[in-house]
Amino acid sequence: MVEQIVFYSFAALLILSALMVITVRNPVHAALFLVLSFFSSSGVWMLLHAEFLAIALVLVYVGAVMVLFLFVVMMLDINLAPLREGFIRYLPIGVIMALLMILAMGLTLVRGKLEMAIPAAVQAAPGASNTTLLGKALYTDYLYPFEIAGAILLVAIIAAISLTMRKPKDLKTPRPELQVGIQSSDRVRLVNLQSEKTE
Amino acid sequence: MIELTNVLILAAILFCISVAGIFINRKNIIILLMCIELMLLSVNMNFIAFSYFLGDTTGQVFVFFILTVAAAESAIGLAILVVLFRNRHTINVADLDRMKG
Repeated sequence: MVEQIVFYSFAALLILSALMVITVRNPVHAALFLVLSFFSSSGVWMLLHAEFLAIALVLVYVGAVMVLFLFVVMMLDINLAPLREGFIRYLPIGVIMALLMILAMGLTLVRGKLEMAIPAAVQAAPGASNTTLLGKALYTDYLYPFEIAGAILLVAIIAAISLTMRKPKDLKTPRPELQVGIQSSDRVRLVNLQSEKTE
Repeated sequence: MIELTNVLILAAILFCISVAGIFINRKNIIILLMCIELMLLSVNMNFIAFSYFLGDTTGQVFVFFILTVAAAESAIGLAILVVLFRNRHTINVADLDRMKG
């Protein structure tokens, strides 16, 4: 009973904050509401016994990604008025689309029974923490995907830095295309010197 | 007890809210990126719900990978956004017609 109350309050908070994300005028407020929705969904995940991922969501998303969002939003000097054009115009079609999709998904979930036997929440073995289970799965069965995930992060770091790095204007760097295309005759001039005669 | 259907419907509502957000904020790239984050969050919630109710850790492993890829995606997306703003002084999607698309 208590669990249900907590679940519904987190769910209500999540939906409200998600609605605020898509409707508020200021992108900074939208980012802060997105933080709130991440917090409430991490509460829901905690109820579903995914403790490691709930903490990781708060640390990685709220701590890193949303701070990045806030930095970018505050760094860019955006004129908000043209960005709000068409908000009212596209509001009806957005709401209709969302309602239709919710209706379809909800009917599928409520009326049509899922085609599998759903046990009532398999309990983890006592004493086994969620982090241990996840770590065992990650480092044995999913070792290669785990390493690929690390490589993806590295690629993302390099891509983000090389995209945004601004070079100084008078930076002198070698130009490889010229270096490769050079001929030896362009570099060395052979001079035929007359040898001087000695007495 | 929480039931599987409740969590799935919560994730479905979250997904639909983010789809509606993409429809009504189609001028503002920052809000579009945030809507994509919300979508990925709802997908993650489905994964975690099934992982809990089927007693299988694999769902949580997938959530881990989705979180990784989503973080990489948003970092690169924001980097592109910064470069775009530096060159064009706007992030309005309607103004980005240099490629005549």
